[in-house]
Amino acid sequence: MLYVVITYLWASILLYLLLGGADFGAGIIELFTSQKNKQVTRKTLYSAIGPIWEANHMWLIIAIVILFVGFPVIYSTMSVNLHIPLTAMLIGIIARGTAFTFRHYDAVVDDMQHLYNTIFAVSSFTTPLFLGIIAGSAVSGHIDPQAGSFLDAYIFSWLHWFSVTVGLFTVSICGFLASVYLIGETNVEHERLRFAHKAQFFNIAAVVCGALVFAAAWFEHIPLFDWVFGSWTGRIAILSATLSLIWMWTLLYQGKISLLRPLAGFQVTMILLTTTFRHFPNIVILKGGGYLSLTEHAGQEKTIEALAWALLLGSILILPALFYLIYSFQKKPIGYEGQAH
Amino acid sequence: MNDFIAARSQMALSLGFHIIFSCIGMVMPFFMAVAHYYYLKTGQIVYKNVTKAWSKGVAIFFATGAVSGTVLSFELGLLWPEFMKHAGPIFGMPFSLEGTAFFIEAIALGFFLYGWDRFNPWFHWFTGVVVGVSGLASGILVVAANAWMNSPAGFEYLNGQYLHIDPIAAMFNEAWFSQALHMTIAAFAATGFAVAGVHALMILRGNNVLFHTKSFTIAAVFGCAAALVQPLSGDISAKDVAIRQPAKLAAMEAHFHTEKSASLIVGGIPNEAEKKVDFAIKLPGFLSFLAHGDFKAEVTGLDRIPEENHPPVAVTHYAFQIMVGMGMAMMLVSALYFVASWKKRKWLREPWLLKLFALATPLGFIAVEAGWTVTEVGRQPWIIYGVMRTADAVTPMPGIAYSFYLFTAIYASLAAFVVFMLYRQIRMVGRLYDVRD
Repeated sequence: MLYVVITYLWASILLYLLLGGADFGAGIIELFTSQKNKQVTRKTLYSAIGPIWEANHMWLIIAIVILFVGFPVIYSTMSVNLHIPLTAMLIGIIARGTAFTFRHYDAVVDDMQHLYNTIFAVSSFTTPLFLGIIAGSAVSGHIDPQAGSFLDAYIFSWLHWFSVTVGLFTVSICGFLASVYLIGETNVEHERLRFAHKAQFFNIAAVVCGALVFAAAWFEHIPLFDWVFGSWTGRIAILSATLSLIWMWTLLYQGKISLLRPLAGFQVTMILLTTTFRHFPNIVILKGGGYLSLTEHAGQEKTIEALAWALLLGSILILPALFYLIYSFQKKPIGYEGQAH
Repeated sequence: MNDFIAARSQMALSLGFHIIFSCIGMVMPFFMAVAHYYYLKTGQIVYKNVTKAWSKGVAIFFATGAVSGTVLSFELGLLWPEFMKHAGPIFGMPFSLEGTAFFIEAIALGFFLYGWDRFNPWFHWFTGVVVGVSGLASGILVVAANAWMNSPAGFEYLNGQYLHIDPIAAMFNEAWFSQALHMTIAAFAATGFAVAGVHALMILRGNNVLFHTKSFTIAAVFGCAAALVQPLSGDISAKDVAIRQPAKLAAMEAHFHTEKSASLIVGGIPNEAEKKVDFAIKLPGFLSFLAHGDFKAEVTGLDRIPEENHPPVAVTHYAFQIMVGMGMAMMLVSALYFVASWKKRKWLREPWLLKLFALATPLGFIAVEAGWTVTEVGRQPWIIYGVMRTADAVTPMPGIAYSFYLFTAIYASLAAFVVFMLYRQIRMVGRLYDVRD
């Protein structure tokens, strides 16, 4: 049963990265779009994610609930030592979620839109940045539950090159996912081209940030290279991700777009797989070589069992409805503008 | 401000903020479903307009409630890591089910908000009902988790260890039913009064009268029905608290001395130094009756409870008085409304009744906030009643005061935004919603 719970935890982190990530990315694209194209981008964006918008962010809640019910020591350790980046991420979530809703539901369209748009775009950048920082910090070996000073316990636990570069890498991945997603959402040729350019930009950014992550890891003695290339699973995953990336770009230049999204999703899945596989089940690596493990620091058996059943039951209810929602809004009626009535 | 007080203030602020949005988010869908139903049955366009206007409000409140709820799921750990380390596996069951309910609510809301003219009308209507039902389920589950803090169950506490955890028994703790019932009815009463009040004001101003009258009627019927039955659930709660948490009941009533035929205290200023209540109205025997159903029964006072386990008496007492006072006022308005509906239909067209409703707009939410204050402050100094002290659960991180100031600023501006947004929605009713298409 423990492995059922762990699978759900991993899957919800992955889905949050893919769906929530594409959603963050849409805001990041807005941030990197010239003033004259912003309006069109916004419209495409809204028709693409409007109906499933709330659902995309539920994965984070599922992941956090699994963590605090099933792995309370891990949850509380991260909550204490990563208090500051978690708070920063929360502020991003508040700002982003409300700004997104306000700009579409404000009954009067006036200058306030600028404010909503700015808040939305900026927090779309900062939220995944801090999510990445949190993820990077968890495995960086900088968290020290025994630390004496404020700086060591609450600042240097997360403020170092490795986690910051992981944060930037996360941001570029989100931008990449969103651009690829949006290519399929518009029928206008030059729009499509614009999103393809964006995808290219974020792809390059991701490669650059990825290189920086490796550099920072080397610099800070984090065995990232071993995690990624130290096992056949990692090597095969990275190889297949790279090949699928080449395939994706070939398809894009040929104008075939039907496979783009699954390919981009596959690449991100492979990245998450390689970075979590090798040190599994250790999810938090502490200073001095200690770790918090999903198998050793799990809750008592009855808790895990109840949690697993709750998750299984939840899936039976959620997944068909979610698929039907996505399916229903994939087919757009003629003249559909994507606005809520 | 010391860190412990800051952490408690931040938690209180976050919950106090979230509770308003979650109440509205879980009750409004039912109002919408009624309006929507009338539209589908009668074809009167005004009902469709009402449904659509309300759904905009729901979208705003749901989004704000969703983010403030997400924040809470992190704040539990950020502020009370020691509590979550032990409590998470025990009282987590309702949270994991709540995840499902909340998820379904988000999915159904997607269908509902974007589904006009896309689906079979009754399927579309049904998705609206699902929003309400799953929202209600979320609310009940979260309250069940809170009830566990008042009435810990499903584990054995031996030598500082939490053993033999049974998450199902923890979820169905002794307090869950009375708390969930009281909170659910409160959500209906508070939302009903708030919505009815706003529409009443618009009718008084003579704007879009038909539109606002239909809206007013739906909200008022829900709100008034809930306000009238609420005292019954309050009675169940009081009797339950009297047995389980005598310290809380004693603080609510500022009942310093254990006695038989205890008096119910109305108003007054608790004088904790001299252990008496100044300027209070006393109804002899009524406290015994309310707590135990017998005018002669003995009611435990604060004197039987060790000093270090006393909750703050004044805050709990005032909050309780406010809650009951608001509840009484709402009951009175509700009684008048139902008399008007059944016997004196001409009252419904007279401004005084509408004015009464307009004045009563905030009463329900004041009562909700006061009620939460009673249950949370009345549980102090415990975070898990009788097992773990709140002071032992707080994060070791210093400087929480700054976090509190930051969140205060955020929630204040967010509240201002939502009010601003609603004001604009209401102002635009004539142009956007009250239309014939």
